[in-house]
Amino acid sequence: MSIEMTLQRTPDTSARSLAESAARRDPRAEPTVVRYAIITLAVGFLSIFVVLPLVVVFVEAFGKGIAAYFSALADPEAWSAIRLTLGVAAVSVGTNLVFGLAAAWAIAKFDFPGKTFLITLIDLPFSVSPVISGLVFVLLFGAQGFFGPWLQAHDLQILFAFPGIALATIFVTFPFVARALIPLMQEQGTQEEEAAISLGASGLQTFFRVTLPNIKWGVLYGVLLCNARAMGEFGAVSVVSGHVRGETNTMPLLVEILYNEYQMVASFAIASLLAMLALITLIAKTILERNIDGDMPHDD
Amino acid sequence: MTIEARGVVKTFGAFKALDGVDLKVANGELLALLGPSGSGKTTLLRIIAGLEWPDAGEILFDGENALDRGARERHVGFVFQHYALFRHMSVFENVAFGLRVQPRRIRKSEAQIRARVKELLDLVQLDWLADRYPSQLSGGQRQRIALARALAIEPRILLLDEPFGALDAKVRKELRQWLRTLHHSINVTSIFVTHDQEEALEVAHRVVVMDKGRIEQVGSPGDVYDSPATAFVHGFIGESIMLPVEVTGGAVHLNGRPLDIVAEGVAPGASTLFVRRHDMLVGPADSGTLHGAVTHVRSFGPVQRAEIALTEGSTIEIDAPRDRDLRIGDRVGLKPRHYRIFAGG
Repeated sequence: MSIEMTLQRTPDTSARSLAESAARRDPRAEPTVVRYAIITLAVGFLSIFVVLPLVVVFVEAFGKGIAAYFSALADPEAWSAIRLTLGVAAVSVGTNLVFGLAAAWAIAKFDFPGKTFLITLIDLPFSVSPVISGLVFVLLFGAQGFFGPWLQAHDLQILFAFPGIALATIFVTFPFVARALIPLMQEQGTQEEEAAISLGASGLQTFFRVTLPNIKWGVLYGVLLCNARAMGEFGAVSVVSGHVRGETNTMPLLVEILYNEYQMVASFAIASLLAMLALITLIAKTILERNIDGDMPHDD
Repeated sequence: MTIEARGVVKTFGAFKALDGVDLKVANGELLALLGPSGSGKTTLLRIIAGLEWPDAGEILFDGENALDRGARERHVGFVFQHYALFRHMSVFENVAFGLRVQPRRIRKSEAQIRARVKELLDLVQLDWLADRYPSQLSGGQRQRIALARALAIEPRILLLDEPFGALDAKVRKELRQWLRTLHHSINVTSIFVTHDQEEALEVAHRVVVMDKGRIEQVGSPGDVYDSPATAFVHGFIGESIMLPVEVTGGAVHLNGRPLDIVAEGVAPGASTLFVRRHDMLVGPADSGTLHGAVTHVRSFGPVQRAEIALTEGSTIEIDAPRDRDLRIGDRVGLKPRHYRIFAGG
């Protein structure tokens, strides 16, 4: 507003003085001192609580040289943890992609009784402490648990093995894909789907040619966050894993174990991998958010 | 193709959107469904398209039951109010969509599809926009692309939901004329929904006036304007003066005073007198059957609009020729040239 007014009044002044007078007139402008104080506070806080710990992870990891770093990662126990983590993440992201899509589709495109309840239920894993989530599976599948005797009779191992870890991770990371898609799909409505059907498209054609392309960035966004959480999950996995060395330790669990054994380089080397995952996730998230904005309907 | 609706009923929860609708549409006709919002006109259109299912009643295409078939098999071109163009596809791909999703055995070759899309884009005069995306188009352009997309499947029926609703006034007028011409050249049975009476009367062959889920009147634009069948139609189409009157034994009373008009065929009791604004003739104070004083005069276009406070208590607005000298404070006598009386207050 103020810039336009200035422009009208003094059409021949240079751009620089225009900007200056605009800044002076800007009613939102705070005194310089206040501005710098607030910026310093924010930057200082971020440095101490976010940047410093991140730097420490890498400093500790490379504390005994690059060779020590890589030999720590090449350790069989570390390898097993990395493989397990990747496997669990792949399974839980895959599962939650399918269920998240289905849930978001149902909620955004149809009206049915109990819809609000379903939305609340999807958020449950966010509001429950991960430790409780893990305990639920112990109560269900443990030796004294609900399915325990049956599982033992059929010689099926769920707890303290890959299936248990995967189940706990799926539970904890369920909301990510659904949550990323529901608002996007609700905003987009069902008109394009109706148009596709009236033009003769089948249900599958409508989904793959119209619905999915419209939400592809949202899907990627959900998958990204789901993956980051699946790889980093500690609490729930810790309860169901049983900490069998070289077998049921995921990366976050191994970091803790190594740390407790004072193997600083090994511990922080694995931690640095998780930190890098976080950084990559962050960058990808920023890019995706820009693209999702483009998917939102702007005008009609 | 002819379309027939028989006793169509549709409720959404407690809301009765359609309350027993019967309608016949002739082959090649251009029909308007006109009514206020909530009158059920869009619901009827969506039921014909197969996007909504009636609770009771029948829909027949050329005498065959259409409710056996879903929207996909009905071969109906539907143009949505907000166009519903596929936002991630170019204009070309939007128009080509209906051709590309056809079952393989009847699908056209890529060259044939290209030729057909080009033909349609030429028809709507937007071939130069083929590579653009919907977000880069103006409202009027989107509207025409949506129409081209609907026509691509060679529909047997064309349905348009508020086709000009989201456009500004100037573009609307241009598109109206264009739609009429287009319909003439493709000659597909078409129904469009509108809440704008001018649009309906100007474009359609026949107008269906709807209110509260029922059809109030079906007729040519001239019919519904000149001989409204119900009080609702008289009030909704054109601008009318409405006065609450009492009918007793063929005589009409306004606030207990008899008026020099006849109420033929109207049941005794509280009724409403309808007069078009331009049908209320203004004369000297001692003439006419209604009397009052001019309280306000505005001149625009071919007429002047005068606000008159009647001695019987109501205030009405009339349209008089501009050469008739009217000033604030003038006492005048009024006589309706044409009028209708409908039972009910």
